Amino acid sequence: MKRYFGRKTIIYLSTFFLAVTVDWAIPRLMPGDPIMNLLSRVSVRAEASEAMYGYYTKAFGLDIPVWKQYINFWIALFHGDLGTSVYLFPQKVVDVIIMAVPYSIALLVPAILLSFYTGNKFGAFAARTKILDNTLLPVGYLLTAAPYMWLGILLAWSLGIVVGIFPTAGAYDFNMAPSFSWPFIFSLIKHWFLPFLSLFLVQFGGWAIGMRNMIIYELESDYSHYLESLGAPRSLIRKYAYRNALLPQITGLALQLGVIVAGSLVTEVVFSYPGLGSLILSAIQNKDYFLIQGCFLFIIIGVLIANFFIDIAYVIIDPRTRLGMAGE
Amino acid sequence: MNKKKNNIEKELEKKDKIPQKKPKKINEFAYFALRNTKLKVGLSVVLFFLVVAIIGPFFTDYKWNAYIGPVSQPPSLEYWMGTTTFGQDVYTQFVEGLRASFIVGIIGGGIATLIGIIIGFTAGYRGGIVDEVLNIITNIVLVIPTFALLLIIAAYLKVRGILMESIFIGFTAWPWAARAIRAQTFSLRSREFVDLARISGMKSYKIIFTEIAPNMMSYLLMTFILQFGGAILIAATLDFIGLGPTNAVSLGLMMNYAVLWGALEFGIWWWFVPPGLAIMLIVGSLYIMNVGLDEVFNPKLREM
Repeated sequence: MKRYFGRKTIIYLSTFFLAVTVDWAIPRLMPGDPIMNLLSRVSVRAEASEAMYGYYTKAFGLDIPVWKQYINFWIALFHGDLGTSVYLFPQKVVDVIIMAVPYSIALLVPAILLSFYTGNKFGAFAARTKILDNTLLPVGYLLTAAPYMWLGILLAWSLGIVVGIFPTAGAYDFNMAPSFSWPFIFSLIKHWFLPFLSLFLVQFGGWAIGMRNMIIYELESDYSHYLESLGAPRSLIRKYAYRNALLPQITGLALQLGVIVAGSLVTEVVFSYPGLGSLILSAIQNKDYFLIQGCFLFIIIGVLIANFFIDIAYVIIDPRTRLGMAGE
Repeated sequence: MNKKKNNIEKELEKKDKIPQKKPKKINEFAYFALRNTKLKVGLSVVLFFLVVAIIGPFFTDYKWNAYIGPVSQPPSLEYWMGTTTFGQDVYTQFVEGLRASFIVGIIGGGIATLIGIIIGFTAGYRGGIVDEVLNIITNIVLVIPTFALLLIIAAYLKVRGILMESIFIGFTAWPWAARAIRAQTFSLRSREFVDLARISGMKSYKIIFTEIAPNMMSYLLMTFILQFGGAILIAATLDFIGLGPTNAVSLGLMMNYAVLWGALEFGIWWWFVPPGLAIMLIVGSLYIMNVGLDEVFNPKLREM
């Protein structure tokens, strides 16, 4: 287990190191003066622009050697300083992002956990059941192939605008002030439901299909046939097959995280949900590069943390990793 | 060399007592391929969209960004798929976007598969320290959310083209393919026929390409298909968040414009339904095709 976590830690640390380096290097690799590049495309007030130029010259520290700039970048990072947002001037990038993160997490975590659980259960149930296999399988494939934002658009249009039961923009009613009252919580849930549903559906299709394919491999393997020949009940064989099929699914979850996060970002854009996705869209439209870079780092850190949790789950579920019998 | 290879093959046949010859095997695959509904349906849908992407643009007189007439028109004989809120022809945008999607799929998916093949073969065949180093690199790129990386690169580029987008996608999407191909190569490496080739003094790359790769052809094909679909989806996501090509139209950009310019509120469904539907059908059909191929190549999975 030590070896397992040791390896993983090395990989995560190198990834983080690489990500920060990319974050530092990209603006400097682009042709031209990075500060002029940053500011020439922004329309801020003249006095703000001047203040910004002074600020960025200091922040970039272009007059000092490159290696020093790099070290300074790391020092600033550990002080939680990611610069100042251009389009939300003079707010700090970190503050802007921290305001948005809870909304993103509130969408992502329930959608991932619920779709993983129900999708796997359903996939196992559907495998080798002729009718389900032939009718619902294509549906599952189409769901998992649907672009996240398109399913979001369809839901927003059909349930939100045509039928009109769900709101399609924001995280709560615009005429409400955030408070701990029932109407406000109800409004939060109502606004949360559609983006959650569209995230859930796309992932559900993927897990159901993955599990269906995995469990068929398991049901064809020797131990299943052996159990069968011993006269074990069908439910017992299925139970063992399910447990074995779940392991690659968990690895799959770790591999899918990046795609899921990307999907949630665009889903937020569709529903104008005030999470990281909407923030990134405004940052791109306003050429707010410091904000984009900050979001980049936050997404990477988030995905690394999630990967770490999945590793722990894997160790709990698969005894071989605990005993050091399997490195990965 | 050829003679030597023939000898090895003969040797192999004697040793493993494989009664069939190659052509017969291909016939067997063809036999099952022609009877596999999943493969047939999937392939026809993909081919249908490919044909539309290739010949579709010849049926329109407009440019994708030209304002050609009445705004927000529903589909009619004159405007086959209606017009946008700016009076652009949706059909023109759709077929051009479809072309862009196929280009991204072929180039992006192709590059990703190629890098996966190179790294997977090298790591799996060489083993040892080479494998270890490549493995760490693969795992690092695997953990980084590709989309975030593409986001920051694309954001800093002033001019973005479809070709550039495809290349970037290809260079970030390879890790899982590399890992899967490495595992397969690893298991083939210790087979007898590979040992035999090695003893006979064949060069490493020759063993990889003449002994190992042919045994993984079906696997590589399926990897490419999955990468193809994945590249289309990533490109659409990237385009939708506003980092798509700056000088062309794509299916993701169409949805982006539709959402930003009130297509939902005004119910202009002909603007945002077709692009997503096309992506879903193409990628979904690719997946279904893959299941079909799996059944064709793997006798255990054929339905009884």
